[in-house]
Amino acid sequence: MREILFRQALNEAIDEEMARDKDVFLMGEEVAEYNGAYKVSQGLWDKYGDKRVIDTPIAEAGFAGIGIGAAFLGLKPVIEMMTFNFCVLALDQIVNTAAKSLYMSNGQISCPIVIRGAGGAGGALGAQHSQSLEAQYAHIPGLKVMMPSTPYDAKGMLKTAIRDPDPVIFIESEVLYGSSGEVPEEEYMIPMGVGDIKREGTDCTIVAWSRMVGYALKAAEVLAEDGISVEIVDPRTIRPLDKDIIYNSVRKTNRAVIVEEAWGFASVGASISELISREMFDHLDAPVGRVNQRDIPTPYAFNLEPLAYPTVENIVSAVRKACYL
Amino acid sequence: MSLEKFKNSTVLDPKIAKRVHKELGDEKVIDMYREMILLRRFEEVAGRQYQMGKIKGFCHLYIGQEALAVGAKATLEDRDYTISAYREHGHAIVAGITPNAVMAELFGKVDGCSGGRGGSMHLFDTTKNFYGGWGIVGGHIPTAAGMAFASKYNNEDAVTMCYFGDGSLHQGVFHETLNMAAMWDLPCVFITENNHYAMGTSLDRHSAITDLQKKAVGYDMDHDCIDGQDVFAVYEGIKKAVDRARKKNRPTFLDIITYRYRGHSMSDPAKYRTKDELNDAQEVGPIIRLQNFILKQKIADKETLDAIDKDVKKIVKESVKFAEASPFPDPSTLTDHTYVEWNSPID
Ligand SMILES: Cc1ncc(C[n+]2csc(CCOP(=O)(O)OP(=O)(O)O)c2C)c(N)n1
Ligand SMILES: [Mg+2]
Repeated sequence: MREILFRQALNEAIDEEMARDKDVFLMGEEVAEYNGAYKVSQGLWDKYGDKRVIDTPIAEAGFAGIGIGAAFLGLKPVIEMMTFNFCVLALDQIVNTAAKSLYMSNGQISCPIVIRGAGGAGGALGAQHSQSLEAQYAHIPGLKVMMPSTPYDAKGMLKTAIRDPDPVIFIESEVLYGSSGEVPEEEYMIPMGVGDIKREGTDCTIVAWSRMVGYALKAAEVLAEDGISVEIVDPRTIRPLDKDIIYNSVRKTNRAVIVEEAWGFASVGASISELISREMFDHLDAPVGRVNQRDIPTPYAFNLEPLAYPTVENIVSAVRKACYL
Repeated sequence: MSLEKFKNSTVLDPKIAKRVHKELGDEKVIDMYREMILLRRFEEVAGRQYQMGKIKGFCHLYIGQEALAVGAKATLEDRDYTISAYREHGHAIVAGITPNAVMAELFGKVDGCSGGRGGSMHLFDTTKNFYGGWGIVGGHIPTAAGMAFASKYNNEDAVTMCYFGDGSLHQGVFHETLNMAAMWDLPCVFITENNHYAMGTSLDRHSAITDLQKKAVGYDMDHDCIDGQDVFAVYEGIKKAVDRARKKNRPTFLDIITYRYRGHSMSDPAKYRTKDELNDAQEVGPIIRLQNFILKQKIADKETLDAIDKDVKKIVKESVKFAEASPFPDPSTLTDHTYVEWNSPID
């Protein structure tokens, strides 16, 4: 199968959906003439023109809100946030408008919007540009949250997000844009709320998503050398969460470690850990393990930053601990 | 520009009144009067129902501002869109949502226009192109621009009318939206219902400038300041803006001077203003001014106007009965409409 870059996979998803549905448009900072800050929208402005690929001023709340209003009237906006650090400025629009319209209007006003962009660490970007803020959105009923870990998933999930009738927050790891993977030529989609086993195993479950899946896979290699068989569950969609795929894995392995790039307090991992502890209590042979970013703003210095983030070694030792080794 | 400018007038601007009366005709003028009385009586009764505990939570009455909603509505076509903040009972009713459906919503009942899920601040009826009812000050201003964006994208020839209070102009999204709306030629009319107060903070204590139309200058947007207690001035001023939006896709920013007679919400005794100020404002109230015009021009006599009032009171009374009789939403529907129910093409 052909291999393409993660950013190309996203580009193909947007391109295909724009080609099939004239209601889909792309809006955000630098998406048109500049071809995207991370080149996800490469070539789309040339192909679709000013009407459907729209550069905005630097006004995240404003253009998120404009996208939301357009979605109210049935358009299918794809709003690019240069990074999710800046989407904090649009949080009011997302939480108070997009996530509320359907319920408050008794089902009259849906909001089929996708808000997507780079999330997580980029490398030496400092504290304001290196954050994993998915918990802010995953907390909100009315929103859906997707975070792909491979080019294959990225393409299939983004197509699904664009066709979904609800507001979808789609967070792409900044570091993964340049990663490559197999993506078929023919069209496919990945369902909302369905996770994926990224590696099968029998001794311990690792739940990881986005950039952390790659780390978990490396840790699994290391652990395999010691005869520990790890199963890696990638929920892919954070909300609605595929609880069954996680529970089924834990039923098999009786152990779980949650690996997330975000801070651990009040996080998505905290909720998953709580679910496993409560629902799978009788199946667990050890407390649920956690691996997270250290509880500090991300430092810049090249020696400090790696100390703040989960490492393969951290994951290996968390799994060992869960296995009482 | 403040209330001072329009303060001592108990009549409508005679030149405007002559033009608009000629344009709209007697019947429409009486219709407008009836609508204004309806909004007034509806809110008076809503206020009483609130005190009786039938309506709860935040409830912001429109009393004093009726000429605005009524004058504005007369400029719109059915295909046009309206979106407002939380002081929107009046906008909802003139948009065509029945007093029954609005009152039932205030009561939290299933026959309310939002099925009881919204309440006073969140009235919706998309069949009337009425898109809320929003409670975050300024938060719906970009939504309006997005609706205008969509109607232009779809060549609908529709205008989006967006109402907000004077307190909203200091929100970032107001400025972000005006910039994009002007730059992208969006068919939107941005209406400040300048009632001189943001809760208890008067205009001169919350705004560095009080001539609010200057706000539009930085965005090269057309603007105007209108006497909001003169229903014909409202009609004529907004009509220009609506035409500009429809014909040229150009947005307009309007500072419309009005005054609310009641507290900010039902829980506000309004101690931050003097009795005199309130009395002065009431004497030049929008309904009195239109009434004076109608009588002077002999469009209708006192008896006819009284009959209208009686009629309207009946309608409002009826709406309370309707709201009382309507059941609360079935608890089994509690989680409905959190997400759209649909048949996904894939799962
Ligand atoms: C973002 C936000 N901050 C504060 C509030 C609380 N609040 C509700 S209404 C209001 C005053 C708004 O005044 P104005 O915009 O002039 O509208 P008016 O009530 O006069 O119609 C405030 C502060 C809110 N709803 N939203
Ligand atoms: Mg005000």
